Amino acid sequence: MNAPENIHGLMAEFSRDEEIRTAARRAFDQGYRHMDAFTPFPIDGLAAILGRKKSPVPLFVLLAGVIGGTGGYFMEWYAMSRSYPIDVGGRPLNSWPAFIPITFELTILSAAITAILAMFILNRLPQPYHPVFNAPHFKRASTDKFFLCIEATDPKFDLEETKMFLASLKPESIAEVAK
Amino acid sequence: MSTALKKEVGQALSQRDSDEARRWFGEKQSLNEISESIGSIVLQPRQPKSWIFGAAIAFALLMLFITSVCWLFYRDVGVWGINIPVAWGFAIVNFVWWIGIGHAGTFISAILLLMHQKWRTSINRLTEAMTLFAVACAGTFPLLHLGRPEVFYWLFPYPDTMGLWPQFRSPLVWDVFAVSTYFTVSLLFWYAGLIPDLAILRDRATAKWKQKIYGVFALGWRGSARHWQNHQSAYLLLAGLATPLVLSVHSVVSFDFSVAMVPGWHSTIFPPYFVAGAIFSGFAMVLNIVIPIRKLYHMENFITERHLDNMAKVMLATGMMVTYGYVMEAFMAWYSGDIFEKAMMFERAFGAYGWIFWALVLLNIVVPQALWSKRIRRNAFLLFFVALSVNVGMWVERFVIVITSLHRDFTPSAAGMYFPTIWDWATLAGSVGLFLTLLLLFLRFLPLIAMSETGKQMNEIK
Repeated sequence: MNAPENIHGLMAEFSRDEEIRTAARRAFDQGYRHMDAFTPFPIDGLAAILGRKKSPVPLFVLLAGVIGGTGGYFMEWYAMSRSYPIDVGGRPLNSWPAFIPITFELTILSAAITAILAMFILNRLPQPYHPVFNAPHFKRASTDKFFLCIEATDPKFDLEETKMFLASLKPESIAEVAK
Repeated sequence: MSTALKKEVGQALSQRDSDEARRWFGEKQSLNEISESIGSIVLQPRQPKSWIFGAAIAFALLMLFITSVCWLFYRDVGVWGINIPVAWGFAIVNFVWWIGIGHAGTFISAILLLMHQKWRTSINRLTEAMTLFAVACAGTFPLLHLGRPEVFYWLFPYPDTMGLWPQFRSPLVWDVFAVSTYFTVSLLFWYAGLIPDLAILRDRATAKWKQKIYGVFALGWRGSARHWQNHQSAYLLLAGLATPLVLSVHSVVSFDFSVAMVPGWHSTIFPPYFVAGAIFSGFAMVLNIVIPIRKLYHMENFITERHLDNMAKVMLATGMMVTYGYVMEAFMAWYSGDIFEKAMMFERAFGAYGWIFWALVLLNIVVPQALWSKRIRRNAFLLFFVALSVNVGMWVERFVIVITSLHRDFTPSAAGMYFPTIWDWATLAGSVGLFLTLLLLFLRFLPLIAMSETGKQMNEIK
């Protein structure tokens, strides 16, 4: 590893989505692991090419839905049959069919809130500063350019060698990203 | 699979995607051109004259809304025409109408996403915004109708000092949960989709303060592979979670009626019939706002005649379901043999409010039959008026359901008439002003078409 202190990584710029896919695959095959790609729209399978595991968001959503649903039913059961029971001609206090709509709504509500919170937390958002924004032309990462950044923390990172490797991918430009 | 075969399959699939994507755009534009033509509407300092004209009308109506709400708070619900037996007047009619309108947005953004309907991409952002604003308008009416709106929070289960709970077996409490969940989920779904577009605006804006404001709302989004992976997962799950809401919210609203034993309300067909009516009126409202907007903002390349045609077809199909609902209501009144149901149905069609019922038949059943013609479905001008007819018709439908059922029920001594006052009309017109104001602010400050999604789709075209 040969990386100057003040460098976040090396950033290569591409102008087509197929190019970023090929570049990411070749970088992974080369042995790079600490890297990320930046694209204006989601590219199917790009995260897998970069060696990322499946998103854990669905698991959190499932748990939240189960907790919200059972919690909602428990609240209704507790309120209507324990905390403040009202006897209406001997009708059952745990009248489950009437409790279904709110149980359902609370399942959806807690699952949906968790989906977006899990997305924020896993993506570390909101994040006011990130070094990649220092890269030249990075403004266009949201519009029409595709970027691949190999980070200086990667064990294989070497300023000159990595630069040579990125150049072999024929990008539009290569830049050092300041921290 | 051999690699040659794999390659061939891959090519065939991408060709299919390309053909499908091409159907839904006028002509192919580069990614930069897409965000230029959509983003510049928001980022340019001046708005077209038509926006200012629209904003003037919307703002005047909003002032009317605020005035009538203040008068209501000062004098109480007596300023409206409601009394016994018709205690549910315009407030409930407007509530059901507005919340129904919202359903088209969720239908387009959630159900059509899960069904891989690519045409939704051009209209989903706008219709989701419409949903939010319509639900916001809807939500005000039950609160205004409370009589003591300052204690609205009694509707929620909170640890109150009296040790009381809301009555969880009551459809009115179900409604509180259904509507507040609907609003929250719609807002989250809308914002989740907006984040990448806010990042585009942040990066395209030239003024420092615009960069800062859009930057704050974009939360530091940088479109990294990890961002997209979690985002797509959460977005798809939100679509899956919003899908049952499309069907459940108006079902719960219909329980407000069908769980009661009033003749004309106590009917098992209500939930599906209300849901179909909601999507029917929602698509009518989508057309009523999309047709002028696509013209004024020159969005014909993204919202094509094909889109209008598809929306008209959905309207025709749901309109037929609603018609079936009307026929079944009349049939069941006769078939049940219940004298009160029969009397209600006869009174509804030929009684004091009979003319309104026939207006409903004209606006909701007869006029939409024009949509069988492809020429009309693709003619933006005529389609606008058919959609307007449906919007008015669906409001009339809720009037018929609420008022004609209540004004004569079981005892002749309890029969009475309901006449709306000027304040009823002012609140209704004012709520349209609230809706339009929010919509125009949305057009001014946020992109009306999802730029990132459109870019992805346009990029599939070879």
